[in-house]
Amino acid sequence: MSSAVESPTAKPAAEGPKKPSRALAKSGAWARRAPLLPALVFMIIVTQIPFLATLFISFMHWNAYYPDDRGFAGIDNFKSVLTDVDARSAILVTIGLTVGVVLVSLVLGLAIALLLDRKFRGRGVARTLMITPFLIVPVAAALLWKHALYNAQYGLFNGVLKFVLGDNAPQPDWISNHPLIAIIVSLVWQWTPFMMLILLAGLQSRPMDVVEAAKIDGASSWQIFTNMTLPHLRQYIELSGLLGAIYIVQNFDSVFTITSGGLGTANLPYYIYQTFYSAHDYGTASAAGVIVVIGTIIIATFALRTVLSLFREETR
Amino acid sequence: MTTVKEAQAGPQMRAAGGKKKRAGVLLTGATWIISVLFVFPVVWMIWTSFHSETDAASNPPKVLSSFSVQGYKSFFGSDPWPTILNSLTASVVSTLLVLCLALPAAYALSIRPVKRWSDVLFFFLSTKFMPVVAALLPVYLFAEKVHFLDNIWLLVILYTSMNLPIAVWMLRSFLAEIPAEMLEAAQVDGAGLLRTLREIIAPVIMPGIASAALICFIFSWNELLFARVLTGTRAETAPVFLTGFVTSQGLFLAQVCAASFVVSLPVLAAGFAAQDKLVQGLSMGAVR
Repeated sequence: MSSAVESPTAKPAAEGPKKPSRALAKSGAWARRAPLLPALVFMIIVTQIPFLATLFISFMHWNAYYPDDRGFAGIDNFKSVLTDVDARSAILVTIGLTVGVVLVSLVLGLAIALLLDRKFRGRGVARTLMITPFLIVPVAAALLWKHALYNAQYGLFNGVLKFVLGDNAPQPDWISNHPLIAIIVSLVWQWTPFMMLILLAGLQSRPMDVVEAAKIDGASSWQIFTNMTLPHLRQYIELSGLLGAIYIVQNFDSVFTITSGGLGTANLPYYIYQTFYSAHDYGTASAAGVIVVIGTIIIATFALRTVLSLFREETR
Repeated sequence: MTTVKEAQAGPQMRAAGGKKKRAGVLLTGATWIISVLFVFPVVWMIWTSFHSETDAASNPPKVLSSFSVQGYKSFFGSDPWPTILNSLTASVVSTLLVLCLALPAAYALSIRPVKRWSDVLFFFLSTKFMPVVAALLPVYLFAEKVHFLDNIWLLVILYTSMNLPIAVWMLRSFLAEIPAEMLEAAQVDGAGLLRTLREIIAPVIMPGIASAALICFIFSWNELLFARVLTGTRAETAPVFLTGFVTSQGLFLAQVCAASFVVSLPVLAAGFAAQDKLVQGLSMGAVR
């Protein structure tokens, strides 16, 4: 199995026994590249050029409401993003939201994966039930939580309170009282199945003979879990956490639907959306976009190493 | 394990085995309770969607009130079909496009690899790290300039770029499993490219294509931010249609539940039908 690390040195052997002329080698290299090019060129055009444009606009004064006042801005936009109270709050909300959702759904996902890794009748059914939340369209899921569960007048939560405690039951307004937690809970509900699926696959790839041997040697379940299961699962935990973080950092649907960015829940994607879509301040929106990208690059530099280690292991 | 132990164990061990069994029953029970808790909001959504608006909005809930399709009638009465068709077009066409671009690329990154192929692979991955919101504004301004706004093909292109890295990574990881000796043997046997593709590569790659297609379809179907900003009345997708309910007031709960359920149905159906493919797709082929 070729893998990311060792193959560049291993490949030349595959090029054939005869040493081809240079021209032939050149055309051979292009024949190799040809199938790759459409995808590569497409990705560069659609993802890199817009980003360069964002970078360019981030150094400009550009507000669609003041079309005459367009010009070079230096680092003004970055200054205004970093000193803007809303932007700083958006950065904090993004971090809180991502860390909160990833951590809670990882822990829950791990616990549920361990439960589903046991053999019992109807395990497949239980697994299917568990993954259902992930298969609801995110906007629909957010609408479901906002209107059918959280709503103070007719939501299910307050309905259950009234049913259990009678007419004098407290009827809290869940979203207004704890807006960020309301969003986090709905996202945890959607992302726990995602974490569970990857971790369960990791659990099931454990070499069971070693575990059996440890059991016979008298290792307790806890010892097996901490010394064998967790180290084996580490890379799966990292992978699911990383992929989850990529998606949740970018979350727009839930914030937009549940609170419409109000009550201090606007995260960076929502902030950028609003700066550009409602305020038409293209310069500031782009500067915020650049800041998000820089932040993601920092996280990704650490993360890529992790992914690399997993794929190395898996493709062997 | 337990049965072997019990068979050869004394009474003391048997008691421990009984305890273990009881713990097992408790754990199984806990698993069922948690699974039901997780699925419950969805069940509640479907249940509510089949009640009349007044029953749906009652507090405490009238769980056993009579069956009604009023919610579905008002949802379909508001003519959601064009948006559902738009979503279908965007998801299906972009998924096909992704596969057309990703298959040759995955081939060039595994079977006959280009130089520095791992750098290329990581370039694809790195675009996934880039927040889509950072590309939103230039795409909007460009589309506005060339009169490409509110056009479903714009979404097709963007969804293709969103999912292409996932598909390339996945398909490559499948192709990388074909042993080099097998390909060499085929070459020695004089098998041409087409025969190699058909007889060696196709059987390995088929499950990969299925996983990639499933995940690309789901992610495109779900997408909201691009669709909301870049479409208007003509190219509006189903998730954008759903945002019409964000600020709704009054008697609409059955309708919103019906709408959410109908729009989620394709994803639910695809995901249930191909549960194992889901894991592979979500982990970009890292986990089988």
